[in-house]
Amino acid sequence: MSRQIEVRVDGRALRVPAGISVAAAIARAGVAVFQRSVGGEPRGPLCGMGICFECRVVIDGRRDVRSCMAVCSEGMEIEVARA
Amino acid sequence: MSLPDVLVVGGGIVGAACALELAREGHRVEVLERGFTGCGTTATAMGHIIVLHDSQAQFRLTRWSQELWSALADELPGEVEVDRCGCIWIASEESQMDWVRDKAALYRSHGIEVEVLDSLGLAQAEPSLRPNLAGGLRMREDLVLYPPAAARWLVQRAVDAGATIRTGVSVRRVSGAGATLDDGSTRAAGCVVDAAGTKALELLPEPIPGLQFRPRKGHLAITDRGPRRCWHQLAEIGYLASAHTHAQTSVAFNVQPRRTGQVLVGSSRQYDRHDTRVEPEILARMLRRAIEFIPALAEMRVTRTWTGLRPATDDRLPLIGPVPGHSGLYLATGHEGLGITTSLGTGRLIADMVAGRSSAIDPAPYRLDRCLEPQA
Amino acid sequence: MREVASEVLILGAGPAGLAAAAAAAEAGARVDVIEGNRSPGGQIWRPEGATEAHPTTRRWQQRLLRTGVRVHLETTVVAADGPRCIYTVCGGEMSRFRTSRLVLATGSRELFLPFPGWTLPGVTGVGGLQALVKSGWPIEGKRVVVAGSGPLLLAVADSLRRRGAKLLLIAEQAPRRAVVRLARQLWRSPRKAIQALGLMARLVQVPMRYACWPLRATGDECVRSVLLQGSDGSIELECDALACGFGLVPEIAIAAYLGCDVECGAMSVDAQQQSSVPGVYGAGEITGVGGVELAVAEGAVAGTAAAGARVPVRWLARRDRQQAFVSHLDRAFALRPELRRLAAPETIVCRCEDVAFEALAGAESARAAKLATRCGMGSCQGRVCGPATRFLFGWHHDRVRPPFFPVPMAALAAIGTVQPSSANPACYQTFTMDC
Repeated sequence: MSRQIEVRVDGRALRVPAGISVAAAIARAGVAVFQRSVGGEPRGPLCGMGICFECRVVIDGRRDVRSCMAVCSEGMEIEVARA
Repeated sequence: MSLPDVLVVGGGIVGAACALELAREGHRVEVLERGFTGCGTTATAMGHIIVLHDSQAQFRLTRWSQELWSALADELPGEVEVDRCGCIWIASEESQMDWVRDKAALYRSHGIEVEVLDSLGLAQAEPSLRPNLAGGLRMREDLVLYPPAAARWLVQRAVDAGATIRTGVSVRRVSGAGATLDDGSTRAAGCVVDAAGTKALELLPEPIPGLQFRPRKGHLAITDRGPRRCWHQLAEIGYLASAHTHAQTSVAFNVQPRRTGQVLVGSSRQYDRHDTRVEPEILARMLRRAIEFIPALAEMRVTRTWTGLRPATDDRLPLIGPVPGHSGLYLATGHEGLGITTSLGTGRLIADMVAGRSSAIDPAPYRLDRCLEPQA
Repeated sequence: MREVASEVLILGAGPAGLAAAAAAAEAGARVDVIEGNRSPGGQIWRPEGATEAHPTTRRWQQRLLRTGVRVHLETTVVAADGPRCIYTVCGGEMSRFRTSRLVLATGSRELFLPFPGWTLPGVTGVGGLQALVKSGWPIEGKRVVVAGSGPLLLAVADSLRRRGAKLLLIAEQAPRRAVVRLARQLWRSPRKAIQALGLMARLVQVPMRYACWPLRATGDECVRSVLLQGSDGSIELECDALACGFGLVPEIAIAAYLGCDVECGAMSVDAQQQSSVPGVYGAGEITGVGGVELAVAEGAVAGTAAAGARVPVRWLARRDRQQAFVSHLDRAFALRPELRRLAAPETIVCRCEDVAFEALAGAESARAAKLATRCGMGSCQGRVCGPATRFLFGWHHDRVRPPFFPVPMAALAAIGTVQPSSANPACYQTFTMDC
């Protein structure tokens, strides 16, 4: 069984298997809306491979990171609400 | 189709402004555009409406045009993205502050709202600029807009005033009595305004000695949306110096905030380039210059880059007026990097010339006769 | 900026790129491979989680290891100065690859078509959901509808089923008779036949409809149900996820930028896989979507030819056999015209800039629409709306310009700067590290 690590999604601690994507961690935290479009519509991941930019969140203070391409690491701070 | 009084060749912002002024005077105007409205140099321009004083003539045309734009600004719809952000000319070194003070005095004497910023004032006005710049000249009345949308709006107003626009129509040759289209057909008209931008001179009935311009290529880059990084259009005073060097390639810091939170980054100047390829090394030099002034740009993502070719005359003034030897044929081109600003003034000048009356500013410095080689 | 000298530079480490790399290296060339992802294998051999390589990829890795191929992972191609000078970014660092031959193995991406509700969270691509799930996206117990078109639907449905998803429906827009006709061709390719039979057997419990496509997804902050058009009327299904993709489109941006001829959205190549630009080769889905066996066969030909070696006749024959299947695929999964009418006037087409269908109708070209509405001006650079507007309005793509992918300004600004070349920079990876 894979190792578990802890990340924080909008301040809430979450234990996830090491190696999963940030997008997966956000979904596991029960969050469906990853960002708001320029017109304010809710959006979530579409392409899963880094081209659509619909899954951008703030990771460790860095804005606009594509969460489907980023891998969770121990202690990572993931902010969806701010995205 | 009844014959138009005036045929305007070119649906860029200059042609659009000419069409609007002429249509408002009651002429039957027809615009011929080879692509779609604003698809050429207009689409690649930054969109500044600024006052410049490289020469008295440049100043008169830019100032008058800016007043015309300001009068329109409240009428322009949201898609034109008018931003009354002003412009700051940045002095990197103390030595450039003399220029700042001289220009400030000059502009004030013409009733233009300007402000001299010292180092601290500049830092307060634009916190993301690198520290220890000498200061700047804030031009409060300068503004920024989105050029293709502005051209579309002008054309729409012209159409409302009775003009027609035919897009996808390519012109091969112009004369004082009409135009020959690429398909060989002709379109007759009472008079013709050739506003075909970098192609304008190629359309003339024959080459006119002395009448020339060189394509000046410029690169631009735009970032992704983000939190607002700057509050004015910003340009280094060195931009003006680089504008005078005709020979070599140069880059200068010039950025604009867009209402989308994007930052539009310029500028580069290359003469006698005819291709519109983005050149990675020139682009990179331009971006390095921008980052030197605003370090935070380094982290912003660049999403698109492009180039444009601007028609540049030797004396840096546009070619506006009747074409010698061809009664009824007018030229309106050669606006280089100021075509968005000076389009409205150009439209007025052309309308005045067609009507045979005097203008609010002296048109002589822009007329073609100044360029002509003396006949033996 | 870092300088790298290469003989054969391969863009993409999916099946075609890996096969090209192995073949070129075995023919004696010095080979570099650029790959944007964290691990090689492309979308099809995408590993589970981030750590382990896909078993098939590992076999390729061992082969590449023997020949000294250098694979540069998490590296994105952002610009080019002709086909012999390729700029890449890795971890914010700019590199310039000088190469004598270039093999484009950039693969394909999914075709998304706009319909009301397609922008709701929970509506993903088919390959998109597969990729998300492989990276740990929770799917167990979720009610999923898989819709759209193409062989990917079944493969992904099976993979979701294995992970405990509750599959409500597989909706293929193509008519059953077209797919049956395709199945009759499968005897030519026993491996494909076995795969297909296996899939059908495993999915026997899952309702499957042909000539069926989504009309509308509803939900407030997340998809809650989907309405589909079937041959016998419409059906509405409550679901937690809708995976929807209408096939794959070749990723031709770099090929187009380099001036390679493009036909019907795919890069044109000759028998040696060489494009209209000498020294530029194409392999895999960039030349037309035809599956993994074809990609590998094309990669082997392209790599060998790019290395300047003679391509064995049986390799060419193997490629040609696989190639024959492509036209059958295209015909079977041809998109029906009804799909052009799914979007309502207010349906968003360009997701980055929220441009609605009604704002685009009537525009004369992609560029005119872009300048008038901002369609395609956003972060995805038109990768999502571009193929859609091509299908909807027949627009050709606007010109490709650098950066081919949005990159931090600092990285682009490093082009042309001189920096002493470091022997082992951070992002320089060979397989020795993974194996």
